[in-house]
Amino acid sequence: MAEHDMVGASRSGRIAAHLFLILGAVVVAFPIYYVAVASTHSLQTILRPPLPLIPGPEAYQNYHEALAGGIGRIGGVSVDRLLLNTTIVALGIAVGKIIISMASAYAIVFFRFPLRMAMFWLIFITLMLPVEVRILPTYKVMVQLHLIDTYAGLILPLIASATATLLFRQFFMTIPNELLEAARVDGAGPWRFFRDILLPLSATNIAALFVILFIYGWTQYLWPLLVTNSNEMNTIVIALRKMISFADADTPWHLVMVTAVLAILPPVLIVVLMQRWFVKGLVETEK
Amino acid sequence: MNRATFPHRVLPWLLIAPQLLISLVFFYWPAVQALWQSTLREDAFGLKTTFVGLANFRKVLADPAYLNAIQVTVVFSILTAFFSMAVALFLAVQAEKVVRGKGFYRTVLIWPYAVAPAIAGMLWLFMFNPSFGSLAWPLKQMGIDWDPLLNGKQAMGLVIAAASWKQISYNFLFFVAGLQAIPKSLIEAAAIDGAGSRRRFWTIVFPLLAPTSFFLLVVNGVYALFDTFGIIHAVTGGGPGKATETLVYKVYNDGFVNLQLGSSAAQSVILMAIVIGLTAFQFRFIERRVHYG
Amino acid sequence: MATLSLKDVRKSYGKTEVIHGVSIDVEDGEFVVIVGPSGCGKSTLLRMVAGLEAISSGVIEIGGTVVNDLEPRARDIAMVFQNYALYPHMTVADNMGYGLKIAGLPKAERAEKVRRAAEMLDLLPYLDRKPRALSGGQRQRVAMGRALVRDPAAFLFDEPLSNLDAKLRVQMRLQIKELQRTVGITSLYVTHDQVEAMTLADRLIVMNAGVAEQIDTPMAIYDRPANTFVAGFIGSPAMNILPARINAAGNGVILDGGPEIGLPDRLPASVGPGKTVLLGIRPEHFTLSRDGMAGSFPVVVHAVETLGADAYAHGRLTAVAPDSLVVRVPGHLDLHPGRPIHVVPNRDMLHLFEPETGKRL
Repeated sequence: MAEHDMVGASRSGRIAAHLFLILGAVVVAFPIYYVAVASTHSLQTILRPPLPLIPGPEAYQNYHEALAGGIGRIGGVSVDRLLLNTTIVALGIAVGKIIISMASAYAIVFFRFPLRMAMFWLIFITLMLPVEVRILPTYKVMVQLHLIDTYAGLILPLIASATATLLFRQFFMTIPNELLEAARVDGAGPWRFFRDILLPLSATNIAALFVILFIYGWTQYLWPLLVTNSNEMNTIVIALRKMISFADADTPWHLVMVTAVLAILPPVLIVVLMQRWFVKGLVETEK
Repeated sequence: MNRATFPHRVLPWLLIAPQLLISLVFFYWPAVQALWQSTLREDAFGLKTTFVGLANFRKVLADPAYLNAIQVTVVFSILTAFFSMAVALFLAVQAEKVVRGKGFYRTVLIWPYAVAPAIAGMLWLFMFNPSFGSLAWPLKQMGIDWDPLLNGKQAMGLVIAAASWKQISYNFLFFVAGLQAIPKSLIEAAAIDGAGSRRRFWTIVFPLLAPTSFFLLVVNGVYALFDTFGIIHAVTGGGPGKATETLVYKVYNDGFVNLQLGSSAAQSVILMAIVIGLTAFQFRFIERRVHYG
Repeated sequence: MATLSLKDVRKSYGKTEVIHGVSIDVEDGEFVVIVGPSGCGKSTLLRMVAGLEAISSGVIEIGGTVVNDLEPRARDIAMVFQNYALYPHMTVADNMGYGLKIAGLPKAERAEKVRRAAEMLDLLPYLDRKPRALSGGQRQRVAMGRALVRDPAAFLFDEPLSNLDAKLRVQMRLQIKELQRTVGITSLYVTHDQVEAMTLADRLIVMNAGVAEQIDTPMAIYDRPANTFVAGFIGSPAMNILPARINAAGNGVILDGGPEIGLPDRLPASVGPGKTVLLGIRPEHFTLSRDGMAGSFPVVVHAVETLGADAYAHGRLTAVAPDSLVVRVPGHLDLHPGRPIHVVPNRDMLHLFEPETGKRL
């Protein structure tokens, strides 16, 4: 590694880099650490700053209280219902998007049909119409279709994604022509080619996209805010926000902290555990 | 060489149908509605609508509150993009220097990506809550009159901090990828030419990162414009006063809370124009990069 | 096993016709090679036989059945691609057995067929490997094996050796020929390499610009090329083609540079004295001679390529003659640029072509 040393950092430079990185990691991780620590302290400790920087003794008690109905008493909905809703929405969006994007990209790349490019542009242009710019009219459509307070209403409008379609299109176009031709000569029709060849070859792309889309679904805010009136249909993010906005002196903050941890933990775990695919997917798809 | 394809004619329509249907029902139809609605005015009881042409746009653009929202959005977007990119670039450069522990640092630095913007806002509000936030406490000890819920500048600082914090992960990953794409031979050549480490960074590495930085600038701009709605809504609600009311927050507020349909629709259309401009900008730029690359 | 026949097959993209009516009859078990420069339409023709490209008009029959509108899978053919087109995520065994799996063959039967093909191709040790763990030659053999296990009516080869290095190409060429002879399956083979074409073919089709210029055995094409294109394309280095004129007696040709060469045969009536023609002589059909020997003429050498056993002398009939001429000479000969050598053409190996059409006279 001689040449690496020459242009790489000196020993002291590396130590400084480590120090900066540790500092950076501490600052970046601190808000999450802070709420996790807070969720293990009693209400009295939380309300009397500064909060100790090490976990407190109330962890078991707080989580037990929160999960046994404590959260339900503040927000009106039990925490398992909230987590179930959020999981359904996140999975529905991730899986739904992957399925319909793959199907449309498959059609656009591997078939020739009239208006093919027009269809491609029609999908592409939706990139320029994020939900934020068409809030009210989209809401009206939801009302007309009776999709308010339904899972379909939470999921459907978010699963049409030009980004995912473009990604799959880009990937499909790297599949050599001869692979399709060999498969056709071997007797494979569109379905077999898709199942036996394209799907296995897309596995890492699908995994990468799944992580990104699951996070996207889990962290949705504006849309669930609009299409849910009933607390029963809230996602955990919305529920947490409602707990805080009605906050007063009697708010059981220790339970709010537990809810925050439960809202943060699943997506963070997914990102960390599927890090390899996630990083590859993020950096490669957006370029 | 032409793309090899299947000869089927009906199947592709079936495959594309779901996405097409959803795009038409939830994207195109509402967008057309927004365009149409932006030319109408409804009376106070919603009983009568009249066609008013571009009057809604004139009214919106002359409204001091709207101009304030533009200003807030610009300040918020620029500062958020700057802070999150600067911190991310600094950390990415440090990560390039170390040999061991890269994986560990990356693992920690990507956490915020998985946190919902609204929750990111709430986390920062917990920490800086004037009554019991642990980080507000030292500020108060120092005699600073800290209350982001009453002081507009402090509120803005808080939402910028939360928004930047959340975006560090994304920018960090892209800067690391950008740094790795710079050929080592160039840096070695500069070293042989006698450039020191600091000089190598500013004369070789930084210019070569320009495409990455430029791309991130656009992405961060879009993020600050749209994805941060949750932060504003959860932390400040646009307040105090209208100190943190961004364009997207105002569309929501005027449409859903104040029920000014025509005005909200006109604002939607203006936002659409902004997104179209940004997207076109981004794609022209990416196209150019393909030519160079 | 089956015959294969093309009748006036044409292909157009929009208004541009790229294949101008090709007819071929391939006999059962015959190995036919289509050779031509890149862009001549040879691959398109093969892909039309495979069913990967639609034909614009004409008839394609495999085993007596018209297959014009049949899907590739219904045509009972197997194909070996230039880039092998192996499925990267499947093992060698799965790659070879995929067609049989789709055809619904029971697993045990499939495994047996794959094993037998792998044995013929020395692939037994690699059956559980993925393609990326194989060398180029091994991948090529897997692609062959995939075609072999299907036991199809016809093999189609699309430049299967062009991605291999020179040594491997010679090896594989021999192996393909042997294999085809053993299994006796009708084969259509496309290549741009005339050596490959000559060595493999029972019959050769020389294609140029969407037209089959000549269809015959390799030696017949070498001996009696139908036109100047075929004459120049088959044989290496290419045949010398020189402008000339029939002498007054009608029994010889006078080259533009001066010398007269006697012709062995009686000429057809249309080729009378004084007619301008193109004279073709292959570099290997010259004999070195001493100065002044009957029928010899000097060639001024300006460059020499020495290959070992042979050397190619590039020269001109006179120092100012426009056309260059290549002569094969023994490798050990001491040649000097600028000095003349004296050569006698082999009178039985002369070719005359019509100057306007390039057709053989």
